[in-house]
Amino acid sequence: MSNSNPTPLVLGIETSCDETGIGIVRGSTLLANVISSSMAEHARFGGVVPEIAARAHLEALGPAITAALAEAGVTLDQLDAVAVTSGPGLSGALMVGVGAAKALAIALDKPIYAVNHLVGHVGADVLRDDGTTIELPTIALLVSGGHTSLLLVRDLVSDVVLLGETIDDAAGEAFDKVARLLGLPYPGGPEIDRAAIGGDPTAIRFPRALSQPKDLAKHRYNFSFSGLKTAVARWVETQRDNGVPVPVADVAASFREAVADVLLTKALNACRDFSVPRLLLGGGVVANARVRLLAAERCAAAGVELRVPPRSLCTDNGAMIAALGAQLIMRGFAPSGLDFSADSTLPVTTIRA
Amino acid sequence: MLLAIDTSAGTSVAIVDRDRGMLAEHTSADTRLHAEIIGTLILRCLRDADISPSELSGVVAGMGPGPFTGLRVGIAAAETFALGITRPVVRVVSHDAIALAHYAAIGIDSTLDPGPLLVVTDARRREVYWSSFHGLDPQGVPVRVDAPGLARPDELPSVVPGFDRYPRLDAAEVSAAALGLLAERMLAGARPFAASAPLYLREADAVASTTVKRVS
Ligand SMILES: [Zn+2]
Repeated sequence: MSNSNPTPLVLGIETSCDETGIGIVRGSTLLANVISSSMAEHARFGGVVPEIAARAHLEALGPAITAALAEAGVTLDQLDAVAVTSGPGLSGALMVGVGAAKALAIALDKPIYAVNHLVGHVGADVLRDDGTTIELPTIALLVSGGHTSLLLVRDLVSDVVLLGETIDDAAGEAFDKVARLLGLPYPGGPEIDRAAIGGDPTAIRFPRALSQPKDLAKHRYNFSFSGLKTAVARWVETQRDNGVPVPVADVAASFREAVADVLLTKALNACRDFSVPRLLLGGGVVANARVRLLAAERCAAAGVELRVPPRSLCTDNGAMIAALGAQLIMRGFAPSGLDFSADSTLPVTTIRA
Repeated sequence: MLLAIDTSAGTSVAIVDRDRGMLAEHTSADTRLHAEIIGTLILRCLRDADISPSELSGVVAGMGPGPFTGLRVGIAAAETFALGITRPVVRVVSHDAIALAHYAAIGIDSTLDPGPLLVVTDARRREVYWSSFHGLDPQGVPVRVDAPGLARPDELPSVVPGFDRYPRLDAAEVSAAALGLLAERMLAGARPFAASAPLYLREADAVASTTVKRVS
């Protein structure tokens, strides 16, 4: 644990879903955050197609590395290490980044850090440039098209516990599916947000899954969005069958309220249960206006400090991976061996593979 | 000196030199562990050849045809390795390396007529990739006649022009050494390299969902 570098220059590679992210940090300072998304190519399929995402990663990777170096004003030989997401995520997509990162590290004769994508989302917070630093322990709620996870983070590089996660669809997927149901385009999050303007969030009481006392015993921190999506579909079908126009704004607002309510109820339960007065949000759904507003309200009422990294660091990106790699180096952790695999189900307890 | 990487079948990595030939080669036939082992194989080659990355003059990527998931790993690795050493990456059709290795193994050089050859490799999903060759050109580069193409095995006689004239070689491995030596010959002879698009020869699996299914 000696010889730790106080401000290591690290390049991070992120390819776990549909964003090819290359980030460069020096210690806790963000130097570059280049993101190339294949989102538009998935639009007509209504969700991320793994093979399309993986093909896009291969095309985007080289140009994104070159762009990130230019943005940071550094050259590859100046790097102290390479960091890469080794999981969790889409297997074929992860493999592109893992193969690329290993080869780059060997070519540069630099150490490689294989890190956990979910912990990376939490690590993004160290890159905030508002002069504040992340306080631990914190509860972290990470919500995107690919994951819905609730974590207890006592130490960014050595002590992260998964409290709960979705047992079926990710929250982001539910937004995509309900958007399609309402005839709105992909991705659903911003579309539902827009459609909900002027809608009454209390117009329809959609179910809050795994929130009844009988479910809470087993699933206190787990989420489920499959039933909610079906409930919305059934409600809309009944309206249409009866020849009644669907009040799109009310449906969108009520659906969004159900998602935001269950996410934040469980997150704040965790804050209370573990006596942790801090909540950190991460993942693409953080861009959702209602989720952010409700988080602010509930946290204020509960005396919980809310932290939301800037949006460009909330969606999947390479900077958060570089940041977590840099934290590991600054704390004197050894690099990964060269034989780590792309692990689509990497547990959060494995912060560095 | 070139580093050559091919993951169109298993994972093969080699270091070759135009004058000294193959300096190191490590190959794994496993068709699923590409991302896991590629780093170790590259490192072993560098150690066996006793060179540092900066001594290499370029990197060779085997572009397939190959089943997608593994194929990409080697191409991505070749590209970032080349970026790392600030040297070019050149791209070679993997079937050409199979043909070269075959002609070399039977002791044929460009002064003899090595005859035709049909290279066939597994494309999974009960399909095969194929390429037909006719010997070597004066530079020692295999002369590809048709394809590479994708077909069901029973379709080969009808889709391969002149199928009956070709002795068939079913290959399960691609040698990165052959790929690298081929690239050296192509460089020496100023032959055109393959394009930057991987030879998946299949569209991505995806079905556009235009309708919403009823739930009740
Ligand atoms: Zn994510």
